[in-house]
Amino acid sequence: MKTLEELKVVRESMEGEVALRTNGNASSKYERHVLVCGGTGCTSSGSPKIIEKLEAELAEKGLTDKIQIVKTGCFGLCERGPIMIVYPEGSFYSRVNIDEIHRIVDEHLIGGNPVKEFLYDETVEGDTIKSLDDTSFYKKQHRVALRNCGVIDPENINEYIGRDGYKALGKVLTSMTPEEVIQTILDSGLRGRGGGGFPTGMKWKLARNIVPNADMKYVCCNADEGDPGAFMDRSVLEGDPHVVLEAMTIAGYAIGAKQGYIYVRAEYPIAVERLNIAIKQARETGMLGQNIFGTDFSFDIDLRLGAGAFVCGEETALMTSIEGNRGEPRPRPPFPAEKGLFQKPTILNNVETYANIPQIILNGADWFASMGTEKSKGTKVFALGGKIKNTGLVEVPMGTTLREVIEEIGGGIPNGKKFKAAQTGGPSGGCIPAEHFDIPIDYDNLIGIGSMMGSGGLIVMDEDNCMVDIAKFFLEFTVDESCGKCTPCRIGTKRMYEILDKITKGQGTLEDIDKLEELCYHIKANSLCGLGQTAPNPVLSTLRYFRDEYIAHVVDKKCPAGVCKDLLSFEIVKDNCIGCGMCAKQCPASAISRTDYVAPGKKLAAMEIDKTKCVKCGACIASCKFKAIIKK
Amino acid sequence: MENLTVKVNGVEVSVPAGSTVLEAAHIAGVEIPTLCYMKEINEIGACRICITEVNEGRGFRLVAACVYPCSNNMEILTSSPKVIESRKRTLELILSTHDRKCLSCVRSGNCELQKLCKDYGIEDASVYDGATNKYEIDDSAAHMYRDNNKCILCRRCVAVCSKTQGIGVIGANERGFKTFIGSAFDMGLGETSCVSCGQCIAVCPVGAISEKDYTKDVLAAIADPAKTVLVQTAPAVRAGLGECFGLPIGTNVEGKMAAALRRLGFDKVFDTDFGADLTIMEEANEFIERVKNGGVLPMITSCSPGWVKFCEHYFPDMTENLSSCKSPQQMFGATAKTYYAEKMGIDPKDIVMVSIMPCTAKKFEIGRDDQSAAGVPDVDYALTTRELGRMIERAGINFNALPDEKFDDPLGISTGAGVIFGATGGVMEAALRTAIHTLTGETVTDLPEVRGTAGIKEACYKVGDMDVKVAVVSGLANAREVLEKVQKGEADYHFIEIMACPGGCVNGGGQPQQPASVRNFVDIRAERAKVLYDLDKSMPLRQSHENPAIKAVYEEFFGEPGSHKAHEVLHTTYVKRSVN
Amino acid sequence: MNSAKSTVPFKGTPEQEAKLIAVIEEKKGDKGALMPILQKAQEIYGYLPIEVQTIISDKTGIPLEKIYGVVTFYAQFSLYPKGEYTISVCLGTACYVKGSGDIYNKLQEKLGIAGGECTADGKFSLDACRCIGACGLAPVLTVNEDVYGRLTVDDVDKILAKYA
Repeated sequence: MKTLEELKVVRESMEGEVALRTNGNASSKYERHVLVCGGTGCTSSGSPKIIEKLEAELAEKGLTDKIQIVKTGCFGLCERGPIMIVYPEGSFYSRVNIDEIHRIVDEHLIGGNPVKEFLYDETVEGDTIKSLDDTSFYKKQHRVALRNCGVIDPENINEYIGRDGYKALGKVLTSMTPEEVIQTILDSGLRGRGGGGFPTGMKWKLARNIVPNADMKYVCCNADEGDPGAFMDRSVLEGDPHVVLEAMTIAGYAIGAKQGYIYVRAEYPIAVERLNIAIKQARETGMLGQNIFGTDFSFDIDLRLGAGAFVCGEETALMTSIEGNRGEPRPRPPFPAEKGLFQKPTILNNVETYANIPQIILNGADWFASMGTEKSKGTKVFALGGKIKNTGLVEVPMGTTLREVIEEIGGGIPNGKKFKAAQTGGPSGGCIPAEHFDIPIDYDNLIGIGSMMGSGGLIVMDEDNCMVDIAKFFLEFTVDESCGKCTPCRIGTKRMYEILDKITKGQGTLEDIDKLEELCYHIKANSLCGLGQTAPNPVLSTLRYFRDEYIAHVVDKKCPAGVCKDLLSFEIVKDNCIGCGMCAKQCPASAISRTDYVAPGKKLAAMEIDKTKCVKCGACIASCKFKAIIKK
Repeated sequence: MENLTVKVNGVEVSVPAGSTVLEAAHIAGVEIPTLCYMKEINEIGACRICITEVNEGRGFRLVAACVYPCSNNMEILTSSPKVIESRKRTLELILSTHDRKCLSCVRSGNCELQKLCKDYGIEDASVYDGATNKYEIDDSAAHMYRDNNKCILCRRCVAVCSKTQGIGVIGANERGFKTFIGSAFDMGLGETSCVSCGQCIAVCPVGAISEKDYTKDVLAAIADPAKTVLVQTAPAVRAGLGECFGLPIGTNVEGKMAAALRRLGFDKVFDTDFGADLTIMEEANEFIERVKNGGVLPMITSCSPGWVKFCEHYFPDMTENLSSCKSPQQMFGATAKTYYAEKMGIDPKDIVMVSIMPCTAKKFEIGRDDQSAAGVPDVDYALTTRELGRMIERAGINFNALPDEKFDDPLGISTGAGVIFGATGGVMEAALRTAIHTLTGETVTDLPEVRGTAGIKEACYKVGDMDVKVAVVSGLANAREVLEKVQKGEADYHFIEIMACPGGCVNGGGQPQQPASVRNFVDIRAERAKVLYDLDKSMPLRQSHENPAIKAVYEEFFGEPGSHKAHEVLHTTYVKRSVN
Repeated sequence: MNSAKSTVPFKGTPEQEAKLIAVIEEKKGDKGALMPILQKAQEIYGYLPIEVQTIISDKTGIPLEKIYGVVTFYAQFSLYPKGEYTISVCLGTACYVKGSGDIYNKLQEKLGIAGGECTADGKFSLDACRCIGACGLAPVLTVNEDVYGRLTVDDVDKILAKYA
């Protein structure tokens, strides 16, 4: 394709197809579209087998030209995977079992009646089937970055084009100057979604201007999503890879670069495969390569795989890694806009940031700036995880409160447990307690309460999580992932971990807490890169909001949440024990024996635990049906 | 370039644009400590000891002064409570992983970490003690030990090995707290293609890397009445040894050194400069022969054993280009154990030849094959300048109060050509002085084109009817660059001088260590080289062939340069080695 | 990862070497080619012993130590051969708060190996990994390509039995 006209022809031929999946009344060649999630979550829970089975059933019944099966990216509600949606009805089948396919084909795809009992229960109310958009999970969401995820087949560039794909690139190349592009991004107020929140347009502007006449510049995409518990970027890459390619090409035009690199985690094989397919298709259709849209602008993109180093999410480390070195950060300045990849001016944005760009170009800066809060515009994608009913991916306008996200969209805490904290920002972020539940989420508010946006992982913790243990968990992560270059991070985080370990083992002192806090401030202020500078945040935020738990470990030698094994003891409440002996059978350490005491109303003598032998595995508690064993 | 105005601790100073905070503070008379930073060698901002507060209009924050550039009107606080606290805590963290055996450490007294602990008043070195990694000491190389238990991961050694020398046999392995400096697959350095240059020792701020110390063995030999213990001192030693005794960099201590050696009990105090003059006789002759007879060109000098080993590992196809001359140290030893032994009637087996060298590769060189003209090794012990300094200290000799004494005859007689061997360009200049004289009869004593500390120098001299194209190279990364050009046919030199260490032997791996606080602002190569060129200028004889002792040794023993006997005693062979 | 040479004898074939050399020839002109070459080499051999790194060093001119430094920096590269089945337990936050640590411990106990090691019969190797992105299924482990989610400690035996 060399002209906007050609692009338009493709778009118009596809529009009807993809529109069926959003508004239900469009002119498709097919009667029905069956969308099956092919994201990592649903793939893990068996969606490839569902597709196989569907294909076989449809072939057997001769329906292949009436019903289209589309393997899409993530729908978001991973908790309910594998997920399948049938259009035009928009029927949402959740936790689809392979044995259910036969009935769905017969009754729904042929018979036209959705199989209610297999539908996501929230969409069924008595006899009526609610639209997905009316369910609590989707109601408050607003999809910009994720707009194509779960709608299109990510392995088909034409479906992307059918959803206005590459239209923004065409517009930019044929009717905007680079300066206008940068101004639009500046005006939109878009800030980096990778964590830091630096204004994207500013980054582009610097890279365009700071080194006049640079012979080479680079556009990089950070897809090395390393926060444990965050998978926003993976979902975009899996569900809508072309949006990243299109945005990077726009960025290349804006700053004057010819080459882009996507640095993607090797642990994301599906994303890598789809990116490879997308790059190939974009090259074939002329969306990448020489003289795009017949202009004199040329741009190409290569993939580079990360190899398992969290620090490579830091921009200078990422570039050092692409250069073929140990992924160690470099001091800044010089900033990448001046000396980045291979010492050339470079911009680096993360996947979600790029996913917003084409929409901003098409709908205008004002449209984007109308969403969000004063200083944080647009939407933000969060990966909900941990102790929450609806684990999955959600996109909400900036400024949505934690309460809305956790209670309304996330469905609250399962099993009637009490909320304790929400962790945002991964190992760089902090734990937010219930008292801040109503704070609108944006960059500055989160920093104000001792956490940070990070890339958007949001892990919910309940009363059964020990905050000291969580802090230790994150520090263990940081110690593991510290590159080892600068002293404060290399040695300091290790010492922090050791102190936390001591505390969770009941060997800590109040002085240890002081020492821990001193180290936190030292490492924050003195480390070379963002990893070290933020590594103490999980400790600082838990010290700030859950100091009493630290004190309990240190002074009372107790773990209030009952997590830290060394501080637990298991006891049998003799008056509740019927003497069945199940616990003694389950005990791997032979620590349980019978006493002489027969509780009133019981026939057999009660059991007791020899604490010197007990290994605190909890097997006895699980085996006791009479709630006679307690840990404290 | 325009200047910037900055305020250091409230005092306004003007600094050149592009200055770092460290440099600005220096201009203002304030030194900021560094552990990882060493100018032009290692500029990675890793250790964080130079942390300093700066304000660029948005409030004060901590930055690494070594790499942070100044901006106009920047305010710099170098010793605010926050800065002192930060540096102290970083030191305490380093100490928690450092094997604090200061009392038995070779660097005690000139350890950069130890000094900082004193400066910052560390009260409790164990405050952050916790788990440490334990490492075995690597003693596999001929010339040095590596003790990672003392390593503070500043990575100066890594930078000097991979960047300055272009070798990279040591580097950072693993990551995070487990990071350590080592070779691939934990090979001992002796198994790798390490060239023994010792530049890593010279830059190490602590006692993690040190030369193998043979002072005890030498003292035992001196004490043995059956042995005649001869000592030779390389040219560069007299330009560096004074630093061991607090004398300014660039002090000539030739006379005091000779006096000290005598007081240590050496039977004869000789001068490697004699060996250098001898080398010139052979090497100039070899060069003329190669040019005349269509031998392999360019001919490349072979005085620097680090360079020779580098050539054998990395350019095995170019060992033919190496001059077959032994190095001055080895020529000296070979002559002492043949000519001198014969003349004095001593069994060569009873001679213990000790050399004092600015070099660690000399420790490797004495063990090479084909370096034993009298059937015993030409040289028995090669001590570094630092080892000699330690011997003098241990013997209680008040070095600075010693009288200036002369070397012994006859192997202590030398010319200005011999003494400049210690600086980059010196061998070339000395060789050209004699070659020009041999071919044209002219006397030329000053060839400024090949002097100076530049890593690669080129010149073309008209000698008779021939244009002689020469190159002078120091530092092995530079050597690699030049040799690749030669291999590709992009350079047509006739004669190349290569020294492994940047600036030549004056900056050798065996010279006294100067801390970063000095090296960041003083070019020690130039200061020390000046001693040698001043000496050259002051000497009555400045061409090797004029040396009467050299004339005598040819008359009495070798016949003429390049003779059969000279070849047996003074020349050697090379091997091809692999890269590891 | 532990350093030093593997004690398992190297069993590389000439075919593997030819493949590796072809990869190096194809990529060595690219900027920053070392990582892609190492990734391909690990695909070909399953791990990166000294023999493989030496070939890469010889053909690219990159010092062996530099290659080794890069290999030991990244968690994905291995100096040791992996088991027939590689078990990875996700210790990402979402999985951890749902008890994946206990599952990891149970596996170590059952297999008699520590994380990063391989059983003596070469059957299983065990690793902890950081978030494979299947947080909806937490806690999760993978055995080669197979993903197991929503696990409890009791599931460990059943899963191991499948591959016995």
